[in-house]
Amino acid sequence: MEFDPFLLARLQFAANISFHILFPTITIGLCWVLFYFRLRYTFSGDKAWEYAYFFWVKIFALSFALGVVSGITMSFQFGTNWPGFMERAGNIAGPLLGYEVLTAFFLEASFLGIMLFGKDRVSNRTHLIATALVAVGTSFSAFWILSLNSWMQTPTGYRIEDGVFFVESWWEVIFNPSFPYRFAHMFTASLLTAAFLIMGISAWRAMRGVDGPATWKVMRTGALMAAVLAPLQVFIGDLHGLNTLEHQPAKIAAMEGIWETEKGAPLTLFGFPDEEEKTTHMAIKVPNLASLILTHEWDGEVLGLNEFEGETPPVAPVFWAFRVMVGIGMLMVLVGWWSAWRLFRNRDESRETQTWLLRALSVMTFSGWIAVLAGWYVTEIGRQPWVVDGLLRTADVVADHSSATVAGTLFGYVLLYLFLLVSYIATLRYMATKPARSLTLTPQQRAMNDAETAEGEA
Amino acid sequence: MDLGYWLPLFFAGAMGLALLIYVVLDGYDLGIGMLLPFASDDEKDVMVAAIGPFWDANETWIVLGVGILLIAFPQAHSIVLTSLYLPVTLMLMGLILRGVSFDFRVKAGDKHKAKWNRLFAFGSLVASVCQGWMLGAFVTGLTGDATSTLFAALIAVALPSLYIMLGAAWLLIKTEGELFNKAVRWGRMAVWPMGGFLLLISIATPLVSSAIADKWFTLPNAIGLMPIPITTALAYVALVWIFNSKQILHNGYGWLAFVALMVVSVLASIGLAYSLFPDIVLGQISIWEAASATESLLFTFWGAIIALPMILGYTIFIYRVFRGKATHLSYE
Repeated sequence: MEFDPFLLARLQFAANISFHILFPTITIGLCWVLFYFRLRYTFSGDKAWEYAYFFWVKIFALSFALGVVSGITMSFQFGTNWPGFMERAGNIAGPLLGYEVLTAFFLEASFLGIMLFGKDRVSNRTHLIATALVAVGTSFSAFWILSLNSWMQTPTGYRIEDGVFFVESWWEVIFNPSFPYRFAHMFTASLLTAAFLIMGISAWRAMRGVDGPATWKVMRTGALMAAVLAPLQVFIGDLHGLNTLEHQPAKIAAMEGIWETEKGAPLTLFGFPDEEEKTTHMAIKVPNLASLILTHEWDGEVLGLNEFEGETPPVAPVFWAFRVMVGIGMLMVLVGWWSAWRLFRNRDESRETQTWLLRALSVMTFSGWIAVLAGWYVTEIGRQPWVVDGLLRTADVVADHSSATVAGTLFGYVLLYLFLLVSYIATLRYMATKPARSLTLTPQQRAMNDAETAEGEA
Repeated sequence: MDLGYWLPLFFAGAMGLALLIYVVLDGYDLGIGMLLPFASDDEKDVMVAAIGPFWDANETWIVLGVGILLIAFPQAHSIVLTSLYLPVTLMLMGLILRGVSFDFRVKAGDKHKAKWNRLFAFGSLVASVCQGWMLGAFVTGLTGDATSTLFAALIAVALPSLYIMLGAAWLLIKTEGELFNKAVRWGRMAVWPMGGFLLLISIATPLVSSAIADKWFTLPNAIGLMPIPITTALAYVALVWIFNSKQILHNGYGWLAFVALMVVSVLASIGLAYSLFPDIVLGQISIWEAASATESLLFTFWGAIIALPMILGYTIFIYRVFRGKATHLSYE
């Protein structure tokens, strides 16, 4: 059977970037949480915060390592899979990636060493600063890569000569129209992912009875973050959607399953989009709501897919991914409020009375991942057939490898990633359920954990 | 000043420097990875602790090197990475395996530890061999014919021997006791294949590429270039001597072995740069033909001259913070 090498190249890139994004999503948010733990410890002297820091810094390090190695793969895959992209858009993509390496990668990778092992070798203040620098580094990294991605979605500040992009204004390239929205949306998504991760694992620990005071402090931190950030994210997501409507109407049409341009367009809640017949089967629709949400007018006109003949993204994956993202987002709002209410009222720290909350939170541990992946599928598949929106087609930049080569390496990557993902989750589970004491390796940390356990028993 | 001339030159230099730093720094941690199966379980922990705080940043240098290739020379980036698709992919898988094994081996529980140790060693070996293969293919201009394939195969086995030497030398700095003595033994064994390969490559390179032969063996250049092979040979002799001198090793001067290896690496890089210049892919494209638009290079240039000294500064800071012998079991 002969596969289309173009499809295989896309699948391979999608497999890599999907695997990669899982880990930066955690680390970007989690590092600020760690900084907060460190800060709380510095000001209160409460050992529980320090314990929380050293418990979570291990998970941070593991996630970071997976992010680094899969990120190295990404840096090579621009060249191995999409050489045409770098040849045409290298003048713009190159410097943005370069600034990411120069301002972020080294900062994170270098000071992570101090975060992990430097406690006894540097002062408390230097250790705090190192944590802050790693957090700043991860956020810088997000800044540059999202700037490049946003430029590919909403290109500005360029000129084209003989098919090659040149920069007219760096300011317009970096701060292109979709960048502020995408950055805010992704940064909040990272914090939410971290919030549900720390709540989920803490809940798991509480259910297994290996919790201490730090476990509940961490859970409350996550609950507060979720209660505030989840509704904020709905608001930011709406702004982002309106921005997309302005610049990439075809993507919105695919997200909403709107086939023909119409006034007073209904909102399709569920259904099965069919690209051949250009209709959505078994659609459940709310009259006029799409127009109201998108144009803020009852009878507003919404462009349909018919306007973009030959330039439409695949409808079904975008349509479905969007619903998955929104669904999880709404669930996060509800669970966020519920957990804040349950955890802050009376500071109830008992697994007997909190059973349902703990169950819900442990189910939601990786909900951020699913929402983030779904969101990225919406925005990336929604940009097709373009690699640079409206200017450069993905099919025109693909590398010329035999489908056997790409299929073989794709198979290898997928196997490797599945193995690593299973190992990662199994390891987190193992770390979460093991009593804290036996996890520690340095005498300082052992002493600290003993103190924490003693506090827990007292 | 003609920026269109100088900027590509600056970035070619920066790329060479980043890759040289990568070879030395990640070289020692890849080397330690390959040496891991020969150590006892306790020693394995110390060996990993000796590279724990550094490996993340070490690996970032290859991202910078490839990053500069991509930023400054996008045309060459496409040629190089498309031709080297297979070794690059295998190298990445090797780097992924070893990178994550660092963390998994201590976090996944004792019953899995042996598995992650093996994967760590295996990943290090695969990555090192693939890097040698890539280097060999690159030096011969990515032609892919029989001679250059043979040459690439030669470097594919040679580069790991350099990495193992770097690893052994790093252990002289970071360890003591029985493991230190083992590192000395490993170094004494690995130094001969490394020397053999160094000689073989020096002979084979001009034979494989007539363009490189012309650059080295025409007068008066040949005389001016003599210091490079002579100093390399001296550094190599010093290396053998250091590994066999109890006096040097047991008085805390083991770090000299690492210095000697750095000298060899620096000179080999200078030799390589001279062989290739002004081409970025030998016989195919020069650094000026492959370069990005001048305004793009200039934008990155400002970032690079501000950020690079800072990076070097805090890299030195990190190495100072973690100076001295590696403490037992500090990596987790």
